[in-house]
Amino acid sequence: MSMMQRATEALNRTLPDRDVDPLTTARRVVGQPVSRVDGPAKVTGGAAFTADVDLPGMAFASLVPSRIARGRIRRIDVTRAAAAPGVIGVVTHDNAPRMDTPVLMTLTAKGCAFIDVAPLQDDVVRWNGQAVAVVVAESQECADAAAHLVHVEYDADAARTSFGDLQSEAVFPADVLGEPPEITRGDVDGALAGAAFVVDEVYSTPQHHHMAIELHATVARWTPEGKLHVWDSTQALVRTRHSLAHAMGLPEEDVTVTCRAVGGGFGNKTVWDHQLLCVAAARVTGRPVRLALRRKDAFRMTGGRAPSRQRVALGADAAGRLRALVHDSVTGIVHENSPEQVSVPARHLYAADTYRIGQKKVVLDVVPNASMRAPGDSIGSFALESAIDELASRVGLDPIELRRRNEPAVDPTDGTRFSKRHLIEAYRRGAERFGWQERNRVPGGQRDGRWLVGHGTASAFYPYIRMPGGKVRIRITADGRAIVSAAANDMGMGTETVQVQQAAERLGLPIDRVGFEFGDTTLPESPIAAGSAQTASLVITVAAAAEELKKVLLKRVPRRSALYGLKPNDVVYRDGGLRHAGDPSRAATFEELVGEAEYVEAVGSSPMLPLEFMKYSMHGYGAHFCEVRVDAVTGETRVSRWVACIDAGRIINPKTAASQIRGAVIMGVGSALMEEGLVDRRTGRTVNASAAEYHVPVHADVCDIDVIFLDLPDPLTPMGVHGVGEIGIVGVAAAVANAVYNATGVRVRDLPITLDKIFTGSGAS
Amino acid sequence: MREFTYTKAADAAEAVRLAAAGARYLGGGTNLVDLMREEIERPTALVDVSGLAQGITEHPDGSVEIGAATRNTAVAAHPRIRRDYPVLARAIVSGASGQIRNAATVGGNLLQRTRCPYFYDVAARCNKREPGSGCDARQGFHRTHAVLATSAHCIATHPSDMCVALVALDAQVHILGPAGARVVAVADLYRDPGETPHLETVLGPAELITAVRLPRAVDGAVSTYRKVRDRTSYAFALVSVAAVLRVVDATVADVRIALGGVASRPWRARVAERELLGAPAEPDTFKRAAEAEFRSARPLPDNAFKVSLAPRVVADVLKGLSG
Repeated sequence: MSMMQRATEALNRTLPDRDVDPLTTARRVVGQPVSRVDGPAKVTGGAAFTADVDLPGMAFASLVPSRIARGRIRRIDVTRAAAAPGVIGVVTHDNAPRMDTPVLMTLTAKGCAFIDVAPLQDDVVRWNGQAVAVVVAESQECADAAAHLVHVEYDADAARTSFGDLQSEAVFPADVLGEPPEITRGDVDGALAGAAFVVDEVYSTPQHHHMAIELHATVARWTPEGKLHVWDSTQALVRTRHSLAHAMGLPEEDVTVTCRAVGGGFGNKTVWDHQLLCVAAARVTGRPVRLALRRKDAFRMTGGRAPSRQRVALGADAAGRLRALVHDSVTGIVHENSPEQVSVPARHLYAADTYRIGQKKVVLDVVPNASMRAPGDSIGSFALESAIDELASRVGLDPIELRRRNEPAVDPTDGTRFSKRHLIEAYRRGAERFGWQERNRVPGGQRDGRWLVGHGTASAFYPYIRMPGGKVRIRITADGRAIVSAAANDMGMGTETVQVQQAAERLGLPIDRVGFEFGDTTLPESPIAAGSAQTASLVITVAAAAEELKKVLLKRVPRRSALYGLKPNDVVYRDGGLRHAGDPSRAATFEELVGEAEYVEAVGSSPMLPLEFMKYSMHGYGAHFCEVRVDAVTGETRVSRWVACIDAGRIINPKTAASQIRGAVIMGVGSALMEEGLVDRRTGRTVNASAAEYHVPVHADVCDIDVIFLDLPDPLTPMGVHGVGEIGIVGVAAAVANAVYNATGVRVRDLPITLDKIFTGSGAS
Repeated sequence: MREFTYTKAADAAEAVRLAAAGARYLGGGTNLVDLMREEIERPTALVDVSGLAQGITEHPDGSVEIGAATRNTAVAAHPRIRRDYPVLARAIVSGASGQIRNAATVGGNLLQRTRCPYFYDVAARCNKREPGSGCDARQGFHRTHAVLATSAHCIATHPSDMCVALVALDAQVHILGPAGARVVAVADLYRDPGETPHLETVLGPAELITAVRLPRAVDGAVSTYRKVRDRTSYAFALVSVAAVLRVVDATVADVRIALGGVASRPWRARVAERELLGAPAEPDTFKRAAEAEFRSARPLPDNAFKVSLAPRVVADVLKGLSG
């Protein structure tokens, strides 16, 4: 037994279970397919995004990117740029204000950066595309034109740019999200050698980019008193405030960050150089400054998903039971940045007698990788779930039956109990909807005109995460409405709608009497929207605030009231007020309780450490089913049918949640069939840095996506919910690869599955 | 700001006069304006010709004349084009997006520049953008690049779909220049890259494309356009095929084939056509002829797949037209 397992067992004995949220089964508002409250503004162009912010006296910035991957700036001449029409100033490492090193996302609860060096603090070039100067001008056109006039000479050093070439230099990182980089049980190599059926293959995935529709933008304004207000396209308002305060040496209360709408985050709307550069430019020029990245800047100045190379070896007995599971993986990384956690799915999905699951890193001189929708899990599952499908073929089993035979009773690597796990039920329901029994059973055996038709399936998986440390304020106004406030983030996934719903359920109000105020750091601190954790984190915090509010309201109860003398535990929120839990006749409305005051409010804090993770194995699961059509002449592959059956706890809003799953499936289809960031090994430069050349699915690539939620609550989570933002992408690429194999008999193990790999067999078998 | 003058030409003669004084022609702006934003093109004067020569004229001899400023969408939607030249209508709608086709002109489409990413990145070496600087694509990423008539100096492709159909249709380009008017076959409009890949067409200084003329459609022929690409829409061709075919008594009586995505120009497959003319209209014949076209191919590691893909697509398209 490993040290970790012993520690886990000790915890299991000593940690108390969390009480089940009484609203886990509530259905008045939660569970209803409410349309997005921000929908009309978004579709009519009324919603203001950061690049729409227009301040009096605002100037515009344009960045000068480096052209080498590693080295030093020998000379930088800004004379021509500074003299160009409309130019206000040029900031380089010669005149940039001193800025402190940003705190990395993984290091502290307030970290938000993936680059651990502040920009323009020295003459060192760390990757190709790093900004070496900022030009500030009276118009964007003036700034862009003058940026071309900045003359830079470099002393280039040899750079590590090719992930593929550097595999032999892979080393273990210190940890993978706090877990050991490699875990083992038993003699896995011996078990593999003695297995009745073996699959032992290498899978690879390229650099990916987030490609949010909204490009990153920042507007910075310094007040005469030296305070800073920043409008930023961010999914982490509070952490961005911390980063900027830390960088500029300001107390956090002197910095305000505002962001009401984000056009897609996916893990990439965090702190990069451009926010610091914008703040520095505003400081140097004394003007409010807007810095909006161009598409090519987003490719070269913000990170994407790291490339990976993954060996998966599976050994099974005659009945298909796993005797050995090996996942030896390598990802690209920059210095101490967080490694793409590709080995996580293999740690939790299958029971195997022996295993070795681990990952190494190759350090590269490229823009640091960021979190990208289900980091690690997405591409890790491509390798694992492709290999499982290959094993099913070899054993001669339905891949769902193979999974059923390897379904673990407890978490397969840390031994904890599952808080809930309905993976096999997800397969059953999804298979029924998809018509899995009528699938093509002979690879290459089904033809429809020019198309070869194939079917594939794969598991979705994503950890349940709850972020500690948030606060929520609930204000009840004199007219009996509730305004719930938190510095929460909406990147377009429906935060406002879902928060209104869950708060309305909690407070016993209809949704049109609840408002949700978010998007500004002057509101109570709220965690980053990441790890699909924001909803659960806010639900538990709203519950805490509602409990605090009960106390405040009960203190205001007059003697004559039926509620007089009751304690918070005696009352519940019901019908727009408070009511005795056992006696419906003893009630008071919010209007009565607020009385003559303008409003009454209370602030609640989330319970600090989410200890439930340590005691239980808490994950979401799901089953993807897809049909692909492969042109028999060209190898062009199109996805024609999709069913996703998702086990992500209780669903607050099936409409917005299904949109999250659909978006994730589309993004996963992109990774399966077309997405590939091309990094030129000679220069370390991303070559296809445009929306025309870096392909993501267009409308014509997207079929109907049928989403089923099991909607079974997790008894250990607030309202029984899990996150739904990321789970939908996990398993998608494998499902497509499995379907392509089923259609053609060609197994492609190197993403993306482009027609040349099917057609000529390069990258395939 | 990089300043330039803008003049809207009243007629072709004025446009040529302004161009002779140094102005660049501006059509729908869907390519030139992009290139100006990237500082790949740096004109100091633009003369807008998008208001000139719009419209489609049907001549008594059966030919059809398309004004150079006619929008791509208008060409593809024209009933006569759809009836007699379906290959052209299909080629146009398979390109770009609805919005771009609404803005893009026929003349501009003919003269659009390559989408080689190294051409588009001013930090890269590109003989087309900066003659003599070198070609970063040859040793770099070139999966989408040319395999026919390439040179050591350039392996870029011509990105147009429309032009591939025009070449298959034996269209003529009407040109007006300072020295007067002339007519050039679309197939002869382009140059192979050789040692001067920055010289892309045979147009002289200030020469303006005023119209494209489609000869009378071949009686009894059928035509189509097939584009093979990495996603269903809004992607340039890996390989595309425009074909016009007339079969009489199971024999190829007339055939014109043009290819996109394989050369620096819309490629007329003369070798394949020669092999096919008078030959039995059968899949094997189609395949052998298409393969013959690619005997002169000089692929690189990442684009070698085109050498086997293109003949398969040609054969499949001809099979579809003959069936």
